[in-house]
Amino acid sequence: MATSYLELSQVGIEFDSRHGKFRALDDINLSLDRGEFVSLIGHSGCGKSTVLNIVAGLHEATEGGVILEGKEVNRPGPDRAVVFQNHSLLPWLTVYENVELAVNRVFKGHKSKSERRDWILHNLRRVNMEHALDKLPSEISGGMKQRVGIARCLSMEPKVLLMDEPFGALDALTRAQLQDSLMAIQAELGNTVIMITHDVDEAVLLSDRIIMMSNGPAATISKILPVNLDRPRDRLALAEDREFVRLRHAVLEFLYGNKSEPVTPAATALTDDAAVDKRESITTEKNYRVTSGMRPLTAMA
Amino acid sequence: MSVTGTMTQPDQRFEQASGRLGKLLPVKTLAPSIIGLVVFLLFWATAAGRIDTSLGQFPGPAMVWEQVQELAKEHRRSREKQAAFYKRQEKRNAAKLAKDPSAEVKIRAYTGQPTFLDQVFTSLYTVAGGFGLATLIAVPVGIICGLNRGLFLALNPIIQLFKPVSPLAWLPLVTMVVSATYVSEDPFFEKSFVNSAITVALCCLWPTLVNTIVGVVSVDKDLINVSRVMALPTSTHIRKILVPAAVPMMFTGLRLSLATGWMVLIAAEMLAQNPGLGKFVWDEFQNGSSQSLSRIMVAVLAIGLIGFALDKLMLLLQRRVSWDKNAVLR
Ligand SMILES: Nc1ncnc2c1ncn2[C@@H]1O[C@H](COP(=O)(O)OP(=O)(O)O)[C@@H](O)[C@H]1O
Ligand SMILES: [Mg+2]
Repeated sequence: MATSYLELSQVGIEFDSRHGKFRALDDINLSLDRGEFVSLIGHSGCGKSTVLNIVAGLHEATEGGVILEGKEVNRPGPDRAVVFQNHSLLPWLTVYENVELAVNRVFKGHKSKSERRDWILHNLRRVNMEHALDKLPSEISGGMKQRVGIARCLSMEPKVLLMDEPFGALDALTRAQLQDSLMAIQAELGNTVIMITHDVDEAVLLSDRIIMMSNGPAATISKILPVNLDRPRDRLALAEDREFVRLRHAVLEFLYGNKSEPVTPAATALTDDAAVDKRESITTEKNYRVTSGMRPLTAMA
Repeated sequence: MSVTGTMTQPDQRFEQASGRLGKLLPVKTLAPSIIGLVVFLLFWATAAGRIDTSLGQFPGPAMVWEQVQELAKEHRRSREKQAAFYKRQEKRNAAKLAKDPSAEVKIRAYTGQPTFLDQVFTSLYTVAGGFGLATLIAVPVGIICGLNRGLFLALNPIIQLFKPVSPLAWLPLVTMVVSATYVSEDPFFEKSFVNSAITVALCCLWPTLVNTIVGVVSVDKDLINVSRVMALPTSTHIRKILVPAAVPMMFTGLRLSLATGWMVLIAAEMLAQNPGLGKFVWDEFQNGSSQSLSRIMVAVLAIGLIGFALDKLMLLLQRRVSWDKNAVLR
């Protein structure tokens, strides 16, 4: 069998919870080519972050494993950089120092001091943040923080870029800007990316494939949707594009289709749990299913 | 973990409350504070007039103020005497050398009664020693415990056991152990200093230790994950992530420790007759003159003021090292 760049084979995980074992994931199989961009989509609490964390090495799979470039990964490492949902910049370091920490970790001994400095600046320029080098994270906006978080990851030249709802906490305008930036970077660098999202448009716009996950417990991949839209992609042109609309509808159908109530037209995006809860309390319709259970580790925004 | 909660919040609440109330305009907070002080002084003056003790009337503000001046005068007089002593000695030695250049001259230190101010400085110096020692032990041990669950579980019972022990119980043991082990012809530190400092250290170890552990354990999970993803080496992880993240909690502990240490020191000095403010109080009590109570009252006020000043000092330090310039520190 031809080996792919990144492969998850028969991955399953069980957590120890207060009520005994909790099986979060079961038999996840997924192969990624080099340079491929895939999105994970599914209802809140289904196990998307867990999949990502297993690839990152932050969680250890109970069964199966992750193979990157022919080698099994079982601990975290800078070759699998993670962009966390709530940016996770170190609040006591400036923008520059946050990136510097990563660059020094990966390139100390390979690059000279001035080369490292240039490299840090280069990566901050990529995300248009070179104007705020000496600012602390508390002094910049949420979108800017996320940009720095992305720069920090890019600066490590990871083999795989893992993004856990990177733009989920941002307003629509900022989110669109960041999506465009990400597409441009991706076009230039050809990163291999796994991104978790709740935003249907975002998934279709950015991905080569959309991985749709079933609800937990024992969640697994229930459907994979290839997105064959030409790149570079333009959000305005695509809004009218028939293929785009079809794909978008397919994802919506998957997310809400098998419910008894019809999907309201406004329901294009599922944001985080809190927002879902709010909407549910307003409509009192069961359009959205919120899987209850323990709050995911990553949901700290 | 059971150490959390027991020592972290309660001692800060009053400060938080007073800080919240103090957010008003300075004029608006100053006026009530002054009124409060005036009312207190009036109350003190009237109450003092009605309390008779075997050493005379309980001192009111005026009598205490008199003693403040008296103690200052005594200090000046003592310093003059000291200067005169050294001058005389110098003269004598110079004369000796003039007569016979090869003569051996002796330089003796002045040995007068320590004044009130001398005692204050002795106490400050001792508390600094004890607190410094405790910090040097508690911070690294706290960080290691916060990192290593096994070590934490091993140390937790010991922490729980010794945390509530009063300094007065430690003192005899410390004194005996120091006498037995700290033997040197020309000791760098006075034995009494070592006794007091170790007793202080034994008591102010715990708040810093406990709070450092809590600080390290409660570092944001996401930041830990950032460090894990980068696979930072342990030393970098500690320097760049754990310590900065734990600094606020550490300082909460350090401030509690210093406050505890200061209280402990006075008690230890009284009990062990070690030089310092505690000894001043004890000596005055034994002395039993008509001014004794006023002089003790001066010491009481000085202890309070110094304790307050030490806390403010720590606060300044915390403001300097804290990365979170927006946090309201008080
Ligand atoms: N460390 C953990 N311990 C126990 N249960 C966990 C842990 N992490 C996640 N879970 C559970 O696994 C399920 C999937 O969580 P998660 O991957 O965060 O979901 P998603 O990211 O899709 O919202 C949830 O039910 C969550 O409660
Ligand atoms: Mg998640």
